[in-house]
This record gives sequence, C-alpha cells and structure tokens, in this order.
Amino acid sequence: MAEVLVYVDHVDGAVRKPTLELLTLARRIGEPVAVALGNGAADTAATLAEHGAVKVLTHDASEYADYLVVPKVDALQAAVAAVSPAAVLVPSSAEGKEIAARLALRIKSGVLTDAVDLEAGDEGPVATQSVFAASFTTKTRVSVGTPVITVKPNSAAVEAAPAAGAVEALNVTFSDQATGTKVTARTPRESTGRPELTEAAIVVSGGRGVNGADNFAIIEALADSLGAAVGASRAAVDAGWYPHTNQVGQTGKSVSPQLYIANGISGAIQHRAGMQTSKTIVAVNKDAEAPIFDLVDYGVVGDLFDVVPQLTEEVNTRKG
Amino acid sequence: MSLRIVVTVKYVPDATGDRHFADDLTVDRDDVDGLLSELDEYAVEQALQISENSDDDVEITVLTVGPEDAKDALRKALSMGADKAIHVEDDDLHGTDAIGTSLVLAKAIEKAGFDLVVSGMASTDGTAGIVPALLAERLGVPQVTLLSEVSVEDGVVKGRRDGDTASEQLEASLPAVVSVTDQSGEARYPSFKGIMAAKKKPVEAWDLSDLEIETDEVGLEGAWTAVDSAAERPARTAGTIVKDEGEGGKQLAEFLAGQKFI
Ligand SMILES: Cc1cc2nc3c(=O)[nH]c(=O)nc-3n(C[C@H](O)[C@H](O)[C@H](O)COP(=O)(O)OP(=O)(O)OC[C@H]3O[C@@H](n4cnc5c(N)ncnc54)[C@H](O)[C@@H]3O)c2cc1C
Ligand SMILES: Cc1cc2nc3c(=O)[nH]c(=O)nc-3n(C[C@H](O)[C@H](O)[C@H](O)COP(=O)(O)OP(=O)(O)OC[C@H]3O[C@@H](n4cnc5c(N)ncnc54)[C@H](O)[C@@H]3O)c2cc1C
Repeated sequence: MAEVLVYVDHVDGAVRKPTLELLTLARRIGEPVAVALGNGAADTAATLAEHGAVKVLTHDASEYADYLVVPKVDALQAAVAAVSPAAVLVPSSAEGKEIAARLALRIKSGVLTDAVDLEAGDEGPVATQSVFAASFTTKTRVSVGTPVITVKPNSAAVEAAPAAGAVEALNVTFSDQATGTKVTARTPRESTGRPELTEAAIVVSGGRGVNGADNFAIIEALADSLGAAVGASRAAVDAGWYPHTNQVGQTGKSVSPQLYIANGISGAIQHRAGMQTSKTIVAVNKDAEAPIFDLVDYGVVGDLFDVVPQLTEEVNTRKG
Repeated sequence: MSLRIVVTVKYVPDATGDRHFADDLTVDRDDVDGLLSELDEYAVEQALQISENSDDDVEITVLTVGPEDAKDALRKALSMGADKAIHVEDDDLHGTDAIGTSLVLAKAIEKAGFDLVVSGMASTDGTAGIVPALLAERLGVPQVTLLSEVSVEDGVVKGRRDGDTASEQLEASLPAVVSVTDQSGEARYPSFKGIMAAKKKPVEAWDLSDLEIETDEVGLEGAWTAVDSAAERPARTAGTIVKDEGEGGKQLAEFLAGQKFI
C-alpha cells in the first residue's frame, strides 16, 4: 500500500490535535508515515502510533528552532526522497502552508491549501476546499507530481488505529538557504488554560458590542462554563480589548467547532470567513437586522449584558 | 546607497460583492467589481514607511500579475506613494495557480531588479498565504514573512512574527522577501495630490515573452492543480430567533441542552 507522509506539528514532543486528524485522513489514501522534527521529535512516536502511523521519521537539530521554515522544508524533502509517498499532508497553520508550498515547488508538484476534507480518487486524492468565505465548496486535485495538501484543523475526527509507529532516524542535509532567516528571540505565548482556539469543540466570541476590555470577563465566564475557547472579532481586537491571537476571521484564526457563539458581532464577510463552517452557530445581538442572524441555528435578539450572564448562570446551574 | 523595493499587489474581486466561479471554474472577474486586495495595502504602506525611515535612495515599484483591469490596483498603490508600476498581463495567464503565479512574479522581480520584496499576508480571494514563501524559494533569498513589525537598516531586515505558539523576532540580510500582516499598521489613504501624481507615474506592461516564460508553464493548461467542481454552499436552514424578554439566556441554555452542549 502506498505511503502517505504526514508532517507532525508538535511542541517539544506533545503532538497537536490537527496532526492526529491528518492521520485519520492519511489512512483513507494509504499508510501514514509521520515526520517529526526538532526538540522532542522522538517523543511523538507513541501518540502517532496509537493513531495509525506505521513509521515515524525523526530528526533533531538546533536549526529547526533557530531559523525560519527552510530547515523543515529540507527535512520534509529528504523524507519525500526516502519514502516516495503518494501524498504529503501538512497541518494548515501559517507555517505549515509555507513549508508545504516550498516543498511542492522543490519536488515539482502542485499544492492545495486549507482542505477541509480529503478522499481517495481515481486520479489521486481529492480535496474539498471551502472558499469565498465558505460560500462555495470546491473539489480539487493536484494534477502534476506528488500531491502536497494542507488541511485545516477540525476537518476529520481523531481516531484510534494502533500501528507499529517504528521510529527511524531521517537523514537531513541542510541547504544553503536553511540559515537565511535567523530567529533571534522567541516569546512563547502564555497559556490561558483554555482550549486552543482552532482545536476547540466550542468557541465563544465577543465583538464590538462587548464594549471594553474589562467586559470580556463576561465572555470568558461563559466560555469557562462550557469549557470553550474565547474568540474575538477584529473590531474588538483593533480596539485593544482582546489579543490578536484570539481573532476569528480572514486575517485571524479560522475555526470550525461544533458550536460557535457570537456575542455583539455583526457578522461581516471577513468574520464569517473564519467561522461559517462551524456546525452549530448561535448569536446574541441587540440588532435583529444584524447579518449574523442569517447564519444562526439559534439567535437571541437582546442585550448581551443581560443574556450572556443569565446563560452562564444557567449553564453552571445545569452542570450542578 | 540605493534600495530597490518591489511590492507585489493583487487585483481581486470585492469580498463584499457576490463572488462566484465562471464556467471553466476560474474566478469570475466580470460580474464583481475588482480592487487592490486590502491586505496588499499594508504591504504598500510598510514599503512607504521603510522608504521614509531610510537615508538610502529608495525606489518603490509595485507589481501585479492580472487582467487589464488590474491596472486599477497599480493606480491605487501609485496614488498611495509608490514610484512606478509593472503590469504583467497575458491572455495565457488565465487560470494560473499559485506555483505558476510565483513563477511569473519571480521572473518579473528579477527583471525589475530588487533588494527587497514586500508582499501581503494573503490575497483576499485565494487566501492561501503561500506566494511570498514561493517567491523566496524561487529567488533563492531569505523568507521573512508574516511580520506585524518590520524595519530595514544597513542591509538587514528585522521583524516580528506572531505565530501560533510563540512570537518570534526575525532577522535576515538583504536581498530578501518580506510579507506583512494587517497588524503592521493602518494603510494611508491616497491624498488628492497623490492621486493626481499617480496619473503621471510610469506603468510598464510586460507579457510572458518579455519574461521568457513559455505559455505551457502557466494558465489553466500549465497548472499543477485542477479544480473538478465548485458548488455554492447551500444556505443554512433558517434558525430559531427569539427576542429577549428577560428569559433569553435561559431559552438559549435550553437550546444548548437540547443539542447536548450542556
Ligand atoms: C481585509 C480585511 C480583513 C478583515 N479580517 C477580519 C477578521 O479576521 N475578523 C473579523 O472579525 N473582522 C475582520 N475584518 C473586519 C470586518 O469587516 C468587520 O469590521 C468586523 O468583523 C466587525 O466586528 P464586530 O462585528 O465586532 O463589530 P460591528 O460590525 O461594529 O458589530 C457590532 C455588533 O454588536 C452589536 N451590539 C452592540 N452592543 C450590543 C449589546 N450590548 N448587546 C448585543 N449586541 C450588541 C451591534 O448590534 C452590532 O451588530 C476585516 C476587514 C478587512 C477589510
Ligand atoms: C478560491 C481559490 C482557491 C485557490 N486554491 C488554490 C490552491 O489550493 N492551490 C493553488 O496552487 N492555487 C490556488 N488558487 C489560485 C491562486 O489563488 C492564484 O494563483 C493566486 O494568484 C496566488 O495565490 P493566492 O491568491 O492564494 O495568493 P497568496 O499566497 O494568498 O498571496 C500572498 C501575497 O502574494 C502576492 N500575490 C499573490 N498573487 C499575486 C498576483 N497575481 N499579482 C501580484 N501579487 C500577488 C500579494 O502580495 C499577496 O498578498 C486558488 C484561487 C482561488 C480563487
């Protein structure tokens, strides 16, 4: 059976959830072979094996942390040469897309970005892309070379599928370009203790209607009652009420949770681009004409300062 | 010293219009008004600021690959303050994918001559966010992308990249390819003077033969990707909307419980 390379997104050996989703998709096309790089690479093997990786190719070198993108492209290219895969799957993070694109160019293959689904097809894997702010769905293929495809978080379920997960050392020779862009300092993002925005099953967002940084405590309280991540519209971010890392939309994160709750958000096209594929959408807005209500499964026309705290209290009561 | 900056700008269908696909599954550019991708305004802005903060003799060229109307995007960038423009236009470019677009842009950038390329973080139609990385790969220069802050001094470009798990300070020697995010600072509005001046600024027109690119390397035929189908997403079925009469939060909780979220 053909092998499918899966690029592993991990932090010091802790595999991030989107990679496990890729393993589910990879098994539809062939046998997943994972590529894990940098500090903690070998520590990823047990988790990857549980989710279907037949092999885990690992390599650690300081270059991965000290220089931008290119060392990882060099390594993935070495893995492609070693395995001759049927496809290469990469998580759709900003960095993942850049790695995928450069790899594709080097191995003379087409690249598809931001797939939301993937199936085997007669002419190679067929990706589903959700485009124009999720108003259209396209089916696309790579027609030249080894398909390189980046896949968005929450595009498939994480499935247990025990496999060997044999660790093998990957031989990597870094290119001249590898050390071109130096990372001179790195400040890890502080953990909020809440789920990762792009991975969360529930996202609770606040917009301009929240009307102040302090008021975001209301949004956070609802999020915490539901075990949700907190999102924000660009209006709220631009006003300095909430960090940009939490922005949902075209120039922020794209989320596709089971439940999205928009509070005081009008529903501009650029915001919808980042949340329209959510399974269930709920909104609280005092303007009955707000475009967000066109998307909702359930909407409350009302003041969020009344509705949201009441909802939070009710959720907490029901949880007991 | 001189510093030659090339800013890549894309002409895109207005996101607030009714965007759709043509029969050959390429973007329909006839029925929706086009404009300079808003995210490329940030690239033009940062190029202008680099120029304003520099003692060097800076020349800013804006470059687009696109149909006839893409000139509008160049005019807008020129009216913001760029010095000159290059428009790569050729009927054979219709349907070019990201890899092909990066080939055309890279050839044009090489032909124009450059010390620094400044791109946007992503286009507002394709939204891939990969062309700058592809340009760095093709041009064989450092990639310093997705910057929310950027500066150039003594032949070195520095910037801050806010990633998923960390914020990084980056540094590379010129020549280099940079892309900037919408966090890098509001783009200026063209002044009346700028709009008038733009009318007199040179716009060069190049086609594929000027760039020594074969027609089978680009366009729908030359694409390494294929679109098999495009379907409008079915409208979401109308949801339940209630007016808060004092019980809105409780009603919402009831709905969420019914959906097993609580
Ligand atoms: C290139 C580009 C990229 C962009 N990228 C993004 C992006 O990534 N993410 C994003 O979100 N936006 C993005 N935008 C901006 C987008 O166009 C909108 O401006 C933005 O989403 C508006 O945010 P908002 O809905 O919070 O604010 P508004 O549109 O001002 O809406 C506020 C809403 O709150 C309601 N409200 C006010 N007070 C209350 C109250 N007390 N109770 C209940 N409801 C209340 C109002 O009725 C209104 O509907 C982008 C724009 C451009 C041009
Ligand atoms: C809905 C949709 C989905 C697509 N999916 C894919 C895909 O999966 N794979 C693929 O290969 N192609 C794809 N394409 C085609 C691709 O969008 C175009 O080839 C495009 O020119 C480059 O990709 P981008 O627009 O996503 O650019 P991005 O990589 O998002 O653009 C980043 C920056 O590059 C510069 N730039 C990009 N294009 C131009 C240009 N024409 N002229 C000047 N500067 C430019 C700008 O500075 C821009 O800010 C898709 C197109 C559409 C409309």
